Amino acid sequence: MKTKLFILLAVALSFVLAGCDSDGGKGSKTGMVGSNAAEKVYVAPGEHDEFYAFMSGGFSGQVSVYGLPSGRLFKIIPVFSQDGEKGYGYNEETKPMLETSHGFVPWDDSHHPELSQTDGVPDGRFLFINGNNTPRIAKIDLRTFETTEIIEIPNSAGNHSSPFTTENSEYLVAGTRFSVPITETDVSIKEYAAKFQGMLTFVSVTPDDIGDMNIDFQILVPGFDYDLAHSGKGPSHGWTFFTTYNTEKASTMKEVNASQNDKDYIAAVNWKKAQEYIKAGKFKTMPANYLNNEYSDHTHSATSKKMTSTRVLIPSECPGLIYYIPTPKSPHGVDVDPSGEYIVGNGKLSADLTVHSYTKMMKAIEAKAFEKEIDGIPVLKFDQVVAGVVEKPGLGPLHTEFDGKGYAYTTFFISSEVVKWKLGTWEIVDRIPCYYSVGHLMIPGGDSRKPWGKYLVALNKITKDRYLPTGPELAHSAQLYDISGDKMELLLDFPTVGEPHYAQAIEASVIKDRSLKYYKLDDNKHPHATKNEKDTRVERKGNEVHVYLTSIRSHFAPDWIEGIKLGDVVYFHLTNLEQDWDVPHGFAVKGANNAELLVMPGQTETLKWIPQSVGVFPMYCTDFCSALHQEMQGYVRVHPASANVKLSWGLGDDEKQGK
Amino acid sequence: MKKKSARIVMIIGSLMLLLVFMFPLWSISLEAPQFPEGINMYIWVNQITGDSESTLQNMNILNHYIGMQKIEPDSIPELQYFPYIIIFMSVLGVLFGLFGNRKTFLIWAVLMSLLGILGIYDFYLWEYDYGHNLDPRAPIKVPGMVYQPPLFGSEWLLNFRAISYPALGSLFLGGSTVLAGLAFFMSKEKKEVNDEKVA
Repeated sequence: MKTKLFILLAVALSFVLAGCDSDGGKGSKTGMVGSNAAEKVYVAPGEHDEFYAFMSGGFSGQVSVYGLPSGRLFKIIPVFSQDGEKGYGYNEETKPMLETSHGFVPWDDSHHPELSQTDGVPDGRFLFINGNNTPRIAKIDLRTFETTEIIEIPNSAGNHSSPFTTENSEYLVAGTRFSVPITETDVSIKEYAAKFQGMLTFVSVTPDDIGDMNIDFQILVPGFDYDLAHSGKGPSHGWTFFTTYNTEKASTMKEVNASQNDKDYIAAVNWKKAQEYIKAGKFKTMPANYLNNEYSDHTHSATSKKMTSTRVLIPSECPGLIYYIPTPKSPHGVDVDPSGEYIVGNGKLSADLTVHSYTKMMKAIEAKAFEKEIDGIPVLKFDQVVAGVVEKPGLGPLHTEFDGKGYAYTTFFISSEVVKWKLGTWEIVDRIPCYYSVGHLMIPGGDSRKPWGKYLVALNKITKDRYLPTGPELAHSAQLYDISGDKMELLLDFPTVGEPHYAQAIEASVIKDRSLKYYKLDDNKHPHATKNEKDTRVERKGNEVHVYLTSIRSHFAPDWIEGIKLGDVVYFHLTNLEQDWDVPHGFAVKGANNAELLVMPGQTETLKWIPQSVGVFPMYCTDFCSALHQEMQGYVRVHPASANVKLSWGLGDDEKQGK
Repeated sequence: MKKKSARIVMIIGSLMLLLVFMFPLWSISLEAPQFPEGINMYIWVNQITGDSESTLQNMNILNHYIGMQKIEPDSIPELQYFPYIIIFMSVLGVLFGLFGNRKTFLIWAVLMSLLGILGIYDFYLWEYDYGHNLDPRAPIKVPGMVYQPPLFGSEWLLNFRAISYPALGSLFLGGSTVLAGLAFFMSKEKKEVNDEKVA
């Protein structure tokens, strides 16, 4: 009761303080910026940043790529949302990427970017990210910085505790934040406690250049909200930890009803044990309806594969598979330190920060120090597992990362600060404010075995007066801190795209030399590729017209087309013949109801166009490609439906006619 | 003894000539701010290459704006028959080294020098042709401007700095000629003695 009152008072106080700050706190607006901060973030023109940072786009559904320490934005990688800028999700090749069992879903809420790992260290091969709303995991190939696979997670909802890799990216995980009836049927929402369940999904990744994702198995668990996760490392490799809230199993007014229990749980899953059970055939095959979409760099096209079942393990039938560790109060992030020994449960409504010990957990399991069982899942005794408590560190702890030098850094949403504390002694050594209301934080490699403990980025939810106002909708922000010394030092504050829930960063040298410059035209296996101008042509198949065109500085071939009739469906298959770095060509045609194409050298993309009226429609290159880019244009003539015309096309003196 | 070593030098020189199949004879580089890595073209005895498979295509794309002809190795006859001349000279040199006398060494060296000079003159003619023989309908026409890259040294051609120098292959070509000359001088005294004996 006392604790609750304390929190309540503190919450009230923080609002009052925040109110004061926006009026009168102008003098302290820069906060703790050191005198040489500018020097530390200045990356001279033409110089490269030390780190790539990948920030989730949140409700933008995308990933943005920044440089650290400069905070410069390099690219927005389209993942779960259509992107007119790149034609992603609009062109015929990438539309299948956004197909789901619910049909075409051209948006999602992307939360947690996760770099692939080898031996617990980010290896720069892939970046994975979860889609929260329509449960999915996407894979981005870091040679091309393009999304190359999306797998839907069946029997799930609110894919929040995801993707959080294991030490060698054997698995990505996906837990339900919103428990649902499994398999999905129509039941009364009031029957939540009895009929709703959660699912912890383990997605395997092949250890090759493709990194093919497959659902290996799922674990059916009680209907709590599985919030966040992290996998063990070093000695705890083989385990994955998921936080839970709403162990009250409330179905309405959750802000109150799901905040009643003094302790919720961290679910500790022994996935190596799960593999044994799967091998021994102790799984149930459950019907599941989900799609696995893969994009090939050779065909430059995506295909959707329909999947119909998954292998499900039931904890009560699989002893030793999963344990619950009581953790105060509605823990949000669960973070494993670089040694793999400490498991930090960030109890977001707790006054203290709880740290569990992997060694103690194993001893408690061995000694069967169980408090009770829930649906066959043993609940370990809290005091047998807890390693230590960071006392009164701040208000609303959400996430912790590590610097590899024995320190942990935790964000506090309500008190809007990052607190640095020491692993093992649990003493607080430093704290620094965030502007404002920090969610995740990120240290490059900060959730791995070998953090690059030089910078820390705080990802803030609220910016209010930090930047020039832009009407009611304001940017979220990232704040860069220098953590190389004893004291944290604020260096830079930059706006972000969408809502960067989480971010990951990696030393630039791991990725930059592997970055692809262009696709080899000879390797282009697109079924509609045209590899030289001689083969360009226009073909009619009933009311479908296929235009096989090419682009090279500074013209399309062909650059005029006649003989298309109203009612035709036109497919422009554009191959970019360029074989040089940074020479994409765009393609747009007047009145197109989708978007442009943005075709990389050596690539083929297709724009579908259904003309709506008779006339002459200009087409042109949209990406300033060369000195005569403005001349890179042409015309398409659309005749009345009844016209008796042949297809004809040409370029310069070269004219051709269809059959 | 001396004569034997001269023969060896002659043979090494003749065989060294074959290295022009492993290294380019000349390099032409184009530099401009938006091409930080430069566009580097290499002229060999039997081919024209670049830093990547697509260098020639990229150079041709840039050149077409000023109306320059496409550089197409297949349409350059010298690249077809030069290799045979090189092989012939190499074989001839080895034969001279084994069975010839010092006069043949000299003949070979002089022949090589003549071939080298002819080759460079031929190269100059090609450069002249590419630089002057421009399409009158070129999109970019700068009055009075020609685009002949230098034979030796660097020059500004619009936004590009063209840099042209002999490459490693030329060094071996020249080296083999020098070695033949050396063989000629090395065999001098001994040969005279031999000649006297014969007389």
